[in-house]
Formats: sequence, structure tokens, C-alpha cells
Amino acid sequence: MKKILKIFLIAIISQVYILHLHAGSDGTLEINSKTKEKSAEVKDCFETVNRGIFAFNQGLDKIFFKPVAKGYRFLPKPIRSGTSNALNNLSNVVTIPNNVLQGQFKEAGINTLRFSINSTLGIGGIFDVASYYGLNKLDKEDYGQTLGTWGVKEGCYFVLPVLGPTTVRDTLGSLANFGGGDAWYNVTIANDTKYFENSDYYYSRLTAGVDFRAKNLEAFDSLENNSMDLYASVRSLYLQDRKRKILNSDETTETMNDDDWEEIDTQ
Amino acid sequence: MAKIKIIFFFFILLLNNISFAKEPSKLISEIVNEASVILSSSDPVEAKIIRLNNIAETSVDINGIGMYTLGKYRKDLSEDQKIKYKKLFKSYFLKSFSSRLVDYSDPKISVVSEKKINEKYTIVSTVLDETSKNPEIKIDWRIYTKNPDRPLIRDLIVEGLSLARTQKEEFKSILQNNEGDINYLFKSLEEFIIK
Repeated sequence: MKKILKIFLIAIISQVYILHLHAGSDGTLEINSKTKEKSAEVKDCFETVNRGIFAFNQGLDKIFFKPVAKGYRFLPKPIRSGTSNALNNLSNVVTIPNNVLQGQFKEAGINTLRFSINSTLGIGGIFDVASYYGLNKLDKEDYGQTLGTWGVKEGCYFVLPVLGPTTVRDTLGSLANFGGGDAWYNVTIANDTKYFENSDYYYSRLTAGVDFRAKNLEAFDSLENNSMDLYASVRSLYLQDRKRKILNSDETTETMNDDDWEEIDTQ
Repeated sequence: MAKIKIIFFFFILLLNNISFAKEPSKLISEIVNEASVILSSSDPVEAKIIRLNNIAETSVDINGIGMYTLGKYRKDLSEDQKIKYKKLFKSYFLKSFSSRLVDYSDPKISVVSEKKINEKYTIVSTVLDETSKNPEIKIDWRIYTKNPDRPLIRDLIVEGLSLARTQKEEFKSILQNNEGDINYLFKSLEEFIIK
């Protein structure tokens, strides 16, 4: 029972972390006909239930994540930047194996170098020394994205309590972290090392969630104030973001069939 | 002398009729600068909103976005419904547009690059500078260039996420959950406008 609770807690915090992963990455736009085949609609299974869970999550955000994120904003900028850098650095332990699994060997090399330099010269990743040496930050990768690049379809879209929006594929991807796919999880929780405590893992994941929420306070407020159906907006944004990341959007960010634009003639 | 006057007159007339294609990135630079001046001014919020809406009305293809966001449902509309929808969507769009922008005090957006996709579309890539509150944000603008003399904005892609696409799926959800009845969308739009 204790183990189940532990996995559930990790899954919750990891989902917050995955949301964080969704936030920061590059994007340029190019209409790509190849995307048409990738535009099949993702089914929203159990939409009524999902909407209920979404409302519950919104409540939880209002009473916990948002106030904590607002408080986090009061910390001096160097502290927030250092925290963000350290968490980004830590995410490399998931990104690097996924780079390899996706055949991105150059990126895997760069991320390994970045991780080595920032963990040592950058004092645990607090300072992004690697960028100074010309090794710029690359997109993050996770196991859900890897499954996507291997051709695994999303499956149903659904919303989990606390965890938020996900798909069957992304949930399976998250579970890979607990099956040995996340070196940080392995050294903190899976294996008993004398260097790290279980709590180090929980704190890092929770901080990543708060850091992400703090960076997006205004964006979330704006989305909430300007949506007639917030649930549908969040679902759209989540699915767009995942598709874009799976396609590694330096080549394309237009991840869905956009024939509609071609049909509309107003000039 | 009279001959010169006539030639000069026609020359001026000709000049007025010659139209110059406007580069999409120039359009973005201009409206970003204009918006920046408005947002950093000490005008009351209401005045800022009016001025921002003027920018939107001249540089955004509001009708085009409106039709796009209706998706497949636009084909089922009667002429009267189309007129009503266009009117409601315009009010909705302008309210949403200004309320999203008015919170920014002085946004610094710089044009990074421009890429022509086809005759109808060019993508202008920009970056919204990092502030003490927000990280740097990449914004791509989909510019409708069918008439090169009057390019119009059709979509904003923020960090790779299309606002028009999101809007379209929001409307689709409202319609789908109400058996495709356009009156429910009209009602939702009206509620948003008077909110």
C-alpha cells in the first residue's frame, strides 16, 4: 500500500514536471503537407468525467499551486534563474536517453556535454556555463515523445486528478520514468544511495511545477479570462504542444491539417 | 506651361494609383511599435483599448479568422446567420484582443525573420523579450498576403501554439456539445461580450 501511495505521489509530481517540459521550447512555423497524415483527431474519452476532474484540478490550482507560484515570484531573480537552470540541467537525465532512442545522436552528445559542464563548473546546474561555451540549450525530450516518434498514436485524451491533461501514450511514457528511465529517480528513490534522499526527488519535481506555474501566471490568467470553454482550450493547447514536440518543430510547428486556411478567401 | 501642368497633374494621379507591396515583417514592426507606444502611454485603460482595437481592425483579418474558427460549421450557415456571426465574432475578437494586450505595460517585440510559405502566406517570427516576470516568448505571425498591398494578420503562434487553432477547437467544442446548433455559439459569444 505504501509503495502504491509512493508511486501515485511520484506520478502526480511527475505530471507537474511534464507540464513544465511542455512549456519551454523553440518554435518556427512552416506549413508541411506531411502533417496532414498526423492530423487525425484525438478522441476525448469520457469527456463528461474529464470536465469534472478538470474543474477539480482548477480548484486545486487556485488554492495551492497559484498562491505558491505567486509567492515564488517574490524571490530575487537570480535565485529563480538558478533554480530554473538547475532543474533544466537535471531534466537532461531524461532527455539524453530519449535523444538516443529517437536517433538524435548529435543532440544526445550536446546535452551530455551540457550536463557535464553545468553539473560541475555550473555548480549543480545553477549556472548555465555550457551556453557560454556555445553549447546552447536544446529542446527537452521525454518517453511520451519518443513513443510518438516511433509511431505510437496518442490513444484517448483524458484528464487525471491533480495530474492534469494527458493521453494514453503520454501516461505510458511517464511510467517509463519509474521503470529505470529516469536516472534522477533511480538514485533518489529506486536505489538506496547514501548521497540522496527520497525527498530530494519530490522536492525537485514540486519545485519544477511551481517554477513552471510562476513563469506562466499571466498566461494562465489570460487564457482563463478569454476562454468561453477553458476545458476545450486547454485540451487543444496540450495536444498541439505534444504533436509539435514529437515532430521536433524546428521543421514544423503546424502540426495539424490546416486546409481550412486555404479555403478562406477574404481578399 | 499648361502642358507641363497637365503632365504634372497626371504624374501625381499616377503616383496615387501606384500601390506598393508592404513587407509582412514591416507590418509587424509597425503595429508592434504602435502598440508599444499605446501600452506605455499614461492614457486611461479605456482609451488604450480603443486605440488597440483600431490597430486590430486595420491589420488583422478578423472576418477570415472568424470563418476559420467556425471550421466545418461555416458551410451550414445561412446568410443571415453569417452576418450575425461576423458581427458577434468581431466584438468578441476585439474584446479578447485588447484584454490580452492591455496587461502588458511596454512589451518589447523584435522581428527575427520572415519566411514566405506560398503566395498567400508569410510567417514572421518575432521574440517577446524576457521580463522580470516572464521568460522570453517566441511569437510567429501568420500573415495573409494574397493582396500584397494590404497584408493582414491571420494567426499568432505563441511558442508553437496557434491561437486561431485553439479558438477553433473551443468553438467546435461548444457546437459539438450542443448538437451543432449555432445559436448556442451566438449565446456564448454574447455572454462573453457583455461580461
